[in-house]
Amino acid sequence: MRKIISILLLSIVALGIYLSLTKIPFGVPKSKVGKHYIDEGIKETGAVNIVTSVVVSYRGFDTLGEVTVLFIAATGLAVVLKIGRRKATAVEPASFVLATGCRVLFPLILVFGSYIFIHGHLTPGGGFQGGAIIASAFLLIYLGCRERRINEKAYKSLESLGGLFFVVVGLIGLAVGGYFLLNFLPKGQPYCLLSAGIIPVIYIAIGFKVGSELAGIIDNLIEES
Amino acid sequence: MSFLNSYIYYIGAFGLILIGLYIILVKHNLIKVIVGLGILDTGVNLFLICVGYVAKGTAPIFSRPGTDSEHMVDPVPQALVLTAIVIGVAVLALALSLAIRLYQHYGTLNLRKIREQKW
Amino acid sequence: MIFVVMVLVFLMLVGAIAACVFTDLVSAVIAAALVSLIASILFYFLQAPDVAMAEAAIGAALTTAIFIVAIRRTSRYEQ
Repeated sequence: MRKIISILLLSIVALGIYLSLTKIPFGVPKSKVGKHYIDEGIKETGAVNIVTSVVVSYRGFDTLGEVTVLFIAATGLAVVLKIGRRKATAVEPASFVLATGCRVLFPLILVFGSYIFIHGHLTPGGGFQGGAIIASAFLLIYLGCRERRINEKAYKSLESLGGLFFVVVGLIGLAVGGYFLLNFLPKGQPYCLLSAGIIPVIYIAIGFKVGSELAGIIDNLIEES
Repeated sequence: MSFLNSYIYYIGAFGLILIGLYIILVKHNLIKVIVGLGILDTGVNLFLICVGYVAKGTAPIFSRPGTDSEHMVDPVPQALVLTAIVIGVAVLALALSLAIRLYQHYGTLNLRKIREQKW
Repeated sequence: MIFVVMVLVFLMLVGAIAACVFTDLVSAVIAAALVSLIASILFYFLQAPDVAMAEAAIGAALTTAIFIVAIRRTSRYEQ
């Protein structure tokens, strides 16, 4: 009975979506704001990657909101899972090949993740992608060398400092110029590493914050005690 | 054939949204419902990127000095989808932690049995 | 070129239907990871490399990992 009603509802939704999709042509340029960002992007922000300049500089306040949502989710998960703790059970160690492979790969993956969020304004990449790769490196340590755990104080303080740094940079922009998240550092030459004002600074803070946050989520879930 | 040529990406995104909605409505295991939520999320993000595509366009990055900026893809939907992907994983993590607490309290994850128990 | 895209979209829809049908929850989660991976390839074909990188790192790797850890702490088969 439930299946028949749900299939009926879904066919009504499908008909509605189909009738509206035929009015959206595929591959036709649709907005003028995007054209303005592409034409004036390098002059106004100094970043070569236009998507980075939109995420951090033109719509930087939305990125602050997203960082807040991620923080609330990680804190909520830690609070919910602390109530139902059990005793730690013994884990069997991993095989020799797996443990050695994880130990060799861990620093290489950390360097790769750092490269991605430092060069966020020059190549495709940025803070969120680099942070996710760093969290994958910590997941590898949990799978390979099973008796190690992350230092809880270290990742919590790193996460809080990353978020605080973002807000402080915005407030300095408010104090120096007219508005929150003003680009107050010099823009420099395009295509250089030290260019685009505050964009690499904010992305480094976001990279640390997202990496330690996602590693903390995995640590709270795996913790068998 | 030309209809399929120009609308194949829409059919993919559209199909994922419908399958995700079907899983959420019909299945009665809580973890399967959360998997359906994740598939629905992926479908909506794919649809947003499809809307911003320009025919014969390239990625909006100036890789060398003197790159042609005439035919570039719209950068605004890509920035929005970047935010949406990260928020999607945050929602999934919180939902899974609540599912683990439900299992510790009731002993089962079948939504019909949980509804019958009533404390 | 369009033939490659059609095959990929077909595989993605087959993976999503498989995630609906399987009763072993670990298999359903791996089918959802396949959907995420093919969506990452389609993002690259739509000229969005930032989004493709984010979907591959977050959707295919971290989401699967937290699902499997959550399944380990609850039951494995759908009742």
